[in-house]
Amino acid sequence: MSATVSHLQNPVARRAEPAIQPAATTEARWIRIVLTLTALGFLTLFLFVPLAAVFAEALKKGWSLYLDAILEPDALSAIRLTLIAAGIAVPLNLVFGVAAAWTIAKFEFRGKSILLTLIDLPFSVSPVISGLIYVLLFGAQGWFGEWLREHDIKILFAVPGIVLATIFVTFPFVARELIPLMQAQGSEEEEAALVLGASGWQTFWHVTLPNIKWGLLYGVILCNARAMGEFGAVSVVSGHIRGETNTMPLQVEILYNEYNFVAAFAVASLLTLLALLTLALKTLVEWRSHEQRRHQADQAA
Amino acid sequence: MAFLALSTQARGKRVIPGFHLSLGFTLFYLGLIVLIPLSAVFLKTFTMSWADFVNTVTSDRVLASYRLTFGASFLAALINVVFGGIVAWVLVRYSFPGKRFIDALVDLPFALPTAVAGITLATLYAPNGWIGKLLTPLGIKVAFTPLGVLVALTFIGLPFVVRTVQPVLEEAEKELEEAALSLGASHWQTFARVIFPTILPALLTGFALAFARATGEYGSVIFIAGNMPMVSEITPLFMITKLEQYDYAGATAIAVVMLILSFVMLLTINALQAWTRRRQHAGREE
Repeated sequence: MSATVSHLQNPVARRAEPAIQPAATTEARWIRIVLTLTALGFLTLFLFVPLAAVFAEALKKGWSLYLDAILEPDALSAIRLTLIAAGIAVPLNLVFGVAAAWTIAKFEFRGKSILLTLIDLPFSVSPVISGLIYVLLFGAQGWFGEWLREHDIKILFAVPGIVLATIFVTFPFVARELIPLMQAQGSEEEEAALVLGASGWQTFWHVTLPNIKWGLLYGVILCNARAMGEFGAVSVVSGHIRGETNTMPLQVEILYNEYNFVAAFAVASLLTLLALLTLALKTLVEWRSHEQRRHQADQAA
Repeated sequence: MAFLALSTQARGKRVIPGFHLSLGFTLFYLGLIVLIPLSAVFLKTFTMSWADFVNTVTSDRVLASYRLTFGASFLAALINVVFGGIVAWVLVRYSFPGKRFIDALVDLPFALPTAVAGITLATLYAPNGWIGKLLTPLGIKVAFTPLGVLVALTFIGLPFVVRTVQPVLEEAEKELEEAALSLGASHWQTFARVIFPTILPALLTGFALAFARATGEYGSVIFIAGNMPMVSEITPLFMITKLEQYDYAGATAIAVVMLILSFVMLLTINALQAWTRRRQHAGREE
């Protein structure tokens, strides 16, 4: 169980030292140029041009229309709902992620690999199915449909359904970052703290948490981005009631389908800024966790 | 060494607290959020007769949607293996201005909401869009055709191959390449005999991840696809259509087929990842 185990799933642990290229293995200059241009061309077509297009379309008719589209009441209510959904889903999945990582990394028990696979399940399920399951549970013909109607509780086509669908699709994010990280770190430091008389919670707060903080933050950033951006699952359970059950991505869809392209891209540009912020934070965290590990390695040496 | 590690582990089992609390909470939350809701899909299909189920999941329109969904996902993942592999190679082995910025931006399709990707690609490839305008004179229609589905699925699958191959290339032992070259192998031979076998498991893992993601994708596809039944309708959209007609059983039957296929892919991916790790490990130990 060395650090290699975590390399694929855990980008925080992944960043290796920049390799120094020995001259002997360098290809001919023209091959390097062709490969670099191919890579850049592909990325331009699929990343840079779409990125530029979002902002170009949003600002096509000028800043004042752009601001109007964002400050319109339905747009604001969509922003509010998106913040609520992410504000509930992210902390819950954070607590789960820490508990799951503690269980899997610190203990040996039977069925561990099955548990790992089950935690990954929501990633491999189509967003449409992630929404469908809540329709089957809480819809009019669903398992709890009648009971909910008798008690006048609305879950489907209302905020609770949106929150549930968001929790489902973002379920594995934090756990997935923390499990390989904590497995690679082992339990020696915790054992030392416990032997020296610290309680379980003290050990967690003062030993484990500082060690996993960058991985934790990394998971939270990714979890939040997906929570705010989820479309398919939320679309199935939302019912698309303007000003009530529309999140930002759903608002983008409605505006686009009404041929209100400037407004659609204006809301989309906010989500794009969020995506860019996510990538910036992620890069920063990768950099910091790399620093931390190098620091620890220096101290150990 | 092995004995020492074992004894530490055995001691750890006694010392570290919170096993029952953390395991209990993990299983409770997993059951509540994932397992019980997912089991609803399977239980719902048991309300259908076998004949109904088979008829629903093999109707002409569904079969056409499987062909499109899996065909386009396969091609998109293949495109990403080729170009994602080149991107990973360039990012690891060469240096050029703006490399770190570009490296960070590779993850954009993970971070960008799918609806945003969908309307942007649809606008770009529409006949009057930036890219569509260039393709229309050539007689190539992308938006509102199956080709549009391929473009959207290539976009969302882009980071997978890059991010699985990159760490393997970073760790690859250059001494082997140097040895091959100094023993007289050409660059092409070195690539085919030394580098390619090293990154093959990672390429396959990236392919499988991109493919799995693409088969379930909804948001980025529906805007650019045109959604014509039998022609450019993907399976997830067909499920939505069924739901909108209140045909819950029909939607669920198709969902079961898709779920079973995703489980198979998940197991395949796990196996591929284990293979990648063994390869990496073996390379180090030797």
